[in-house]
Amino acid sequence: MKKSAFPGLLAALLLCASAVTDAQLSIEITGAGANRQPIAIADFAGENIVAKALTSVLRADLERSGLFRLIDGATEPLTDTAAVNYPDWKGRGADALVAGNVTSAFSGSDGRYETRFRLHDVQKQAVLGGQTYVSSAAQLRAAAHRTADFIYEKLIGEPGIFSTRIAYVVKSTGRYELQIADADGMNAQTALASREPIISPTWSPDGTRLAYVSFEAKKPIVYVHSLATGQRHVAANFKGSNSAPAWSPDGKKLAVVLSKDGGSQLYLVNADGSGVTRLASSTGIDTEPQFSGDGQFIYFTSDRGGKPQIYRIPADGGEAQRITFEGSYNVTPRLSPNAKSMAYITLNNNGRYQLALMDLATRQTQILTDSAKDESPSFAPNGRMIIYATEVGGRGVLAAVSSDGRVKQKLSVQAADVREPAWGPFLK
Amino acid sequence: MRKLFTVAFASLILAACGSQPPAPEQGGAKVEDRKPAAIKVEPQPVTTVTPVKTDDYSVAMLKDPKSILSKRSVFFDYDEYVIKDEFKSLVEAHGKFLVVNGQIKMLIQGNADERGSREYNLALGQKRAEALKKMLILLGGKEAQIEAVSLGEEKPRCTEHGETCWAQNRRDDMLYSGEF
Repeated sequence: MKKSAFPGLLAALLLCASAVTDAQLSIEITGAGANRQPIAIADFAGENIVAKALTSVLRADLERSGLFRLIDGATEPLTDTAAVNYPDWKGRGADALVAGNVTSAFSGSDGRYETRFRLHDVQKQAVLGGQTYVSSAAQLRAAAHRTADFIYEKLIGEPGIFSTRIAYVVKSTGRYELQIADADGMNAQTALASREPIISPTWSPDGTRLAYVSFEAKKPIVYVHSLATGQRHVAANFKGSNSAPAWSPDGKKLAVVLSKDGGSQLYLVNADGSGVTRLASSTGIDTEPQFSGDGQFIYFTSDRGGKPQIYRIPADGGEAQRITFEGSYNVTPRLSPNAKSMAYITLNNNGRYQLALMDLATRQTQILTDSAKDESPSFAPNGRMIIYATEVGGRGVLAAVSSDGRVKQKLSVQAADVREPAWGPFLK
Repeated sequence: MRKLFTVAFASLILAACGSQPPAPEQGGAKVEDRKPAAIKVEPQPVTTVTPVKTDDYSVAMLKDPKSILSKRSVFFDYDEYVIKDEFKSLVEAHGKFLVVNGQIKMLIQGNADERGSREYNLALGQKRAEALKKMLILLGGKEAQIEAVSLGEEKPRCTEHGETCWAQNRRDDMLYSGEF
């Protein structure tokens, strides 16, 4: 099998490490938070030299979060050091104000720009902070996302996720692409294109690698793919099926599901593919492992009790403990970054597969969506949003929902199915 | 000759398999079915150990539409991994083929319908592939000859959303050397 895999692999694959794709992910806001903070983002002074690339991205970021309400008409450019007429901004309904400016940093010789901004608390009539970024024209969006992260963290009190990236699989006729885009859907790049399915992408904790399952050799094999170089290696290719990779919090190991000893069972393997050891044994299906953020437990799906339910075991082995009891189908456990809650997919009495969230301390569960074919949830690294795959009008789309169920977004690609989302870690 | 005997013996084992209850949870329910069959005394055409013509199990038969060996799929009920009676003669033929052609390898690809989690469906397809592999090994196929893998819900034969379509997707496909 290993030998015969090679010709197929070469024929089926088209590796393009950094090809920008024209299939952009477009995001539609379908729900917002209850108490959105009113914020004014004044046009940045001098920003016309970059066609307002900063404030348009910044405003879209804050708006998309569902936690801010943008004050209209803040079109008078306001530099970061300009005196602020607080009563005026208060009169316009703003609780916070962002002012900034953009200058060409090195006389345009290498096309670098310096962006400076300040965040004002209009109520307290005080400066909450500011930053300066130097970036190339291509990095202006990234500078805007970092600005949004700064503002978000100051006003909401938790880290922002505007600089993070998401991975997902786009399926068009006879073609599967593993793509990576910025959290706002822009700059989508294809990491891997194949004629055979790609499933279960998952980010290494440092955000430099993706593990995934590819069927290019006519069977599921787990790969680890370095994003910077486009190089990849086989992490698990044993007799039978190899699937469901999950990174250990230190990024050194993967929990995987192998059938080499019969049945789908949990194993641990080093990220380089060496040193496979068995994690648990059951007579049924054990799959979809995920480490808790502290590395103490591995949550997984098992039908050892007859129907698929969620269990956990200590990461160093031991007795399995059942976590879900209600309903006949609870799968795909995904722990929040603070390990206090668990997102999963549940089949309801009405035949809908829906995204649910369980408070692990109280075991209270909330259904977060009103769709019917939810799959593959993945937490944003700040735990605020959960991205998942679902179906709208017979097409595969991605959707994101806040952990309180209020903020909702739909992410779609024209004329293709999108699926298998994985939210990347914070940018280091 | 020894090979032929193995084939005949394997088919006896399969016949015994056929009268067993289809699933563990129904264990012990079908005892009556088995007894009348065992004491049957009506005259029957003598079907003892008919020598198998190895020509019927040549590699060419795999692609001959007149041969049962050209049929490669076994279908399953919802959330089930039991090989249904209607597929036993097909499985038996492929078991004999593996015995006669000891050098050839088989890849069994298990499949599931689209409902629910992709990874769980991958595991369901694996169970289906392994159920078929187990039966082929009882029929004389060798462990090293057969690999059971799963494609989960990823390679549906039918892409409509509904039971008639899903039934075609709950399936094992048998591929031989050169086909995978």
